[in-house]
Amino acid sequence: MLNVLAQTGAGEMLEGLKAIGAGLGYGLAAIGPGIGIGTVVGNAISSMARQPESAGMVRTTMFLGIAFTEALALIGFVVFILLMP
Amino acid sequence: MNVLALDFPPVSHLFEWPDIFFNGTLYAINKTVLIYFAAVIITSIIFLVAGRKQTSMVPAGMQHVAESGINFIEESVVMETIGPEGKKFMPFLTTMFFFILFSNIFEVIPGIQFPANSRMAVPITLALVVWVIYNVVGIKSQGLGGYLKNSLFPPGVPKALYLIVTPIELVSTFVVRPFSLAIRLWANMVAGHLLLVTFAVLSAALWDATYIGAAAPFAMLVMMTGFEILVSVLQAFIFTILTAVYIGGSLHPAH
Repeated sequence: MLNVLAQTGAGEMLEGLKAIGAGLGYGLAAIGPGIGIGTVVGNAISSMARQPESAGMVRTTMFLGIAFTEALALIGFVVFILLMP
Repeated sequence: MNVLALDFPPVSHLFEWPDIFFNGTLYAINKTVLIYFAAVIITSIIFLVAGRKQTSMVPAGMQHVAESGINFIEESVVMETIGPEGKKFMPFLTTMFFFILFSNIFEVIPGIQFPANSRMAVPITLALVVWVIYNVVGIKSQGLGGYLKNSLFPPGVPKALYLIVTPIELVSTFVVRPFSLAIRLWANMVAGHLLLVTFAVLSAALWDATYIGAAAPFAMLVMMTGFEILVSVLQAFIFTILTAVYIGGSLHPAH
């Protein structure tokens, strides 16, 4: 395996490693926010179902929570764009 | 760039447009700038037409659009986050919402299909304007000392924890906020545009190879276009509501 890798140019290998890093980085960065947004929306739905009269307030707060949680995933996406060969 | 034997255009071709007017000067105008001009003109026209002298009491046409927009911002943004004293920020928030919405929505308009906010310049400028506004509002309503005290030393925290809390609050309130606001809008638009381009390229390539094979990616493209309309509206809403939350936080310090 290493012999095969060594035969390619160092530049190509660097490009490949960059691509792997970018893909893995975005994938890992998406895990936490995915769980987080799920929690936020799930709890918002259950509280809206319990108290439909407070749905407006809950929805506003839910979008805020989503926005703050999503920022982490978006930073991962920015790193992905920056690293992409 | 070659992805899975597809001839995928490099990212710079998707977001960098050649100059159309005033080539090479500092004031060069390209597609992005034209879209921003269009967004400014559409926003102005809606509110100028809606605000002209009324002939009847019943709102119709453009006036109806403007009134429901203002109503929406008032009820679901200002009243929910700032309260009645936030009414004086209504014109700013409404204008910003419609401007961002119209510059985003060009993402799905056939023939143009480019979200202007996927270039960083205008989102970061808007975010810096917001940064200036909420700081000025905070200093005006609480005084410089009170504003710094309330934002750096949130009450109700044990004394020893201020060692950790204060640097975090300093960085997150005064440094990270404008950037996260701008990056949220920008990255959502970039991601949406890339998604649409990917499915469009895939559909075109499969249409060339096998006519039937293009059906699945094309259906996905149509679905994603609908989803991107939702994202455009949602991002404009989130930018506006976060601005309102920041202004509200400066007006009423944390309880």
